[in-house]
Amino acid sequence: MYQDVILDHYKHPHGRGLRDGDAEVHHVNPTCGDEITLRVKYDGQTISDVSYEGQGCSISQASASVLNELLVGKDLAEAQKIQETFLELMQSRGRIEPDDAMEEVLEDAVAFAGVSKYPARVKCALLSWMAWKDATAQAFAEEAKTV
Amino acid sequence: MTQLPGLLDTEAIRKDFPILDRVLHDGKKLVYLDNAATSQTPRQVIDALSEYYEQHNANVHRGVHVLAEEATALYEGARDKVAAFINAPSRDEVIFTKNASESLNLVANMLGWADEPYRVDHETEIVITEMEHHSNIVPWQLLSQRTGAKLRWFGLTDDGRLDLSNIDEIITEKTKIVSFVLVSNILGTLNPVEAIVRRAQEVGALVLIDASQAAPHMVLDVQALQADFVAFTGHKMCGPTGIGVLWGRQELLEDLPPFLGGGEMIETVSMHSSTYAPAPHKFEAGTPPIAQAVGLGAAVDYLNSIGMENIERHEHAITEYAVKRLLEVPDLRIIGPTTAEDRGAAISFTLGDIHPHDVGQVLDEQGIAVRVGHHCARPVCLRYGIPATTRASFYLYSTPGEIDALIDGLEHVRNFFG
Repeated sequence: MYQDVILDHYKHPHGRGLRDGDAEVHHVNPTCGDEITLRVKYDGQTISDVSYEGQGCSISQASASVLNELLVGKDLAEAQKIQETFLELMQSRGRIEPDDAMEEVLEDAVAFAGVSKYPARVKCALLSWMAWKDATAQAFAEEAKTV
Repeated sequence: MTQLPGLLDTEAIRKDFPILDRVLHDGKKLVYLDNAATSQTPRQVIDALSEYYEQHNANVHRGVHVLAEEATALYEGARDKVAAFINAPSRDEVIFTKNASESLNLVANMLGWADEPYRVDHETEIVITEMEHHSNIVPWQLLSQRTGAKLRWFGLTDDGRLDLSNIDEIITEKTKIVSFVLVSNILGTLNPVEAIVRRAQEVGALVLIDASQAAPHMVLDVQALQADFVAFTGHKMCGPTGIGVLWGRQELLEDLPPFLGGGEMIETVSMHSSTYAPAPHKFEAGTPPIAQAVGLGAAVDYLNSIGMENIERHEHAITEYAVKRLLEVPDLRIIGPTTAEDRGAAISFTLGDIHPHDVGQVLDEQGIAVRVGHHCARPVCLRYGIPATTRASFYLYSTPGEIDALIDGLEHVRNFFG
């Protein structure tokens, strides 16, 4: 479960800290107290930043770091595909062995495949991804209001 | 092997618990240190459950056939055993519920619907403490929201004890009920009952004691406690899940209204109104957890065969050893009393910046079962400025060797995340 990639991201997180954003959300995992505050910044359809601050286990913190590394610079449609693929992997209960195609989409995030075998920890891994999805929906809802 | 004074013959006791022989993750012996969440079940209780279903299963208190009479005798026999176990003056003061949460909710609801002098309303106050399990917080928040009664609580000292310095300001003439935990499930603290009960009696408030973490581990004498109600659960004391107990003083149980209505709790029913059966049946609507009560009766027999004083002494020795060894681990901070005095056998701690979920997961890989999180006592975590803790909790079958395994495991955790 604790792949080196995960421990690396945990010890040296990417893009941690809150910066300017279009929307901010705060998500918690009530079963273990993991928390994340996450902001998204869009430049048109392109993700220009995902910034976050949080506390929690290595899985939840490493997952946020991977998310930042993977999604910043991508356009929304591509990011949504990555998010959906990650969700599918995490909900697989260990039944999906990531193939080359999946690895191409998920890059470092395939390291979390082992976490999907531990139902109690899946929520930890998904915390930042659900927060990102929520923040993105809010950012575009805000934009729709102002247009 | 480490020898400590007061230890039970765990080698013999462990033979009664089949699950303790389990081997996990390719050859790791199970080290079960999550007894504050639930205890393991001895063969004697498993057999009682099987025998009940194989030989006696029927609904209770109705039917005139042999099985119904046997089931009723077993169910009511379990009540006798529990009554004796807690030194209740009368067997009719023992109400079976499904768990301690239901017992606590039952009292909150009795008081919410009660007439004077018990009635909780907007002019009255409810007193709890900051170290309560959520099951002794939320029912009172609900009652407070519904009645307008003010909810007040005792704070905690830095070393994990109740701060009773303002007891006369917290418990006042307005207080209707004081509800507190005898032994904290997260801090392990054993609370000073006498001081609280004395003050509550001075102002005429009722006292409810949550003994969930006490009943399995020490002699529980409801008369000595001088409380009005005592709640606990079966599955933490070698019994099955699905069975809890509320003990209440007889005159209160006579006066207070029922909460759940249904079969079994009535005397007569017409389409317009009903009259109620006397306690305890007044508070046991519907088919009760029969097999579970029988299992709890067997658990009480089992604990009595070992002796509660002996269990208490064993756990004190184990806890003293565990506190000493844990304090040797670098960066480890015990959340709660750092001695074995006036404390139960649950020890919460943090380990540097390593999140408890990671601690628990790496311990699990070594076969060591602990609990991680806020232990349904989030206000305690907030009070001590921590998101969660790792908790190791012991019971009559815990050994010094298991404490050593925990300490080695924590060393491994530190190296892994260090």
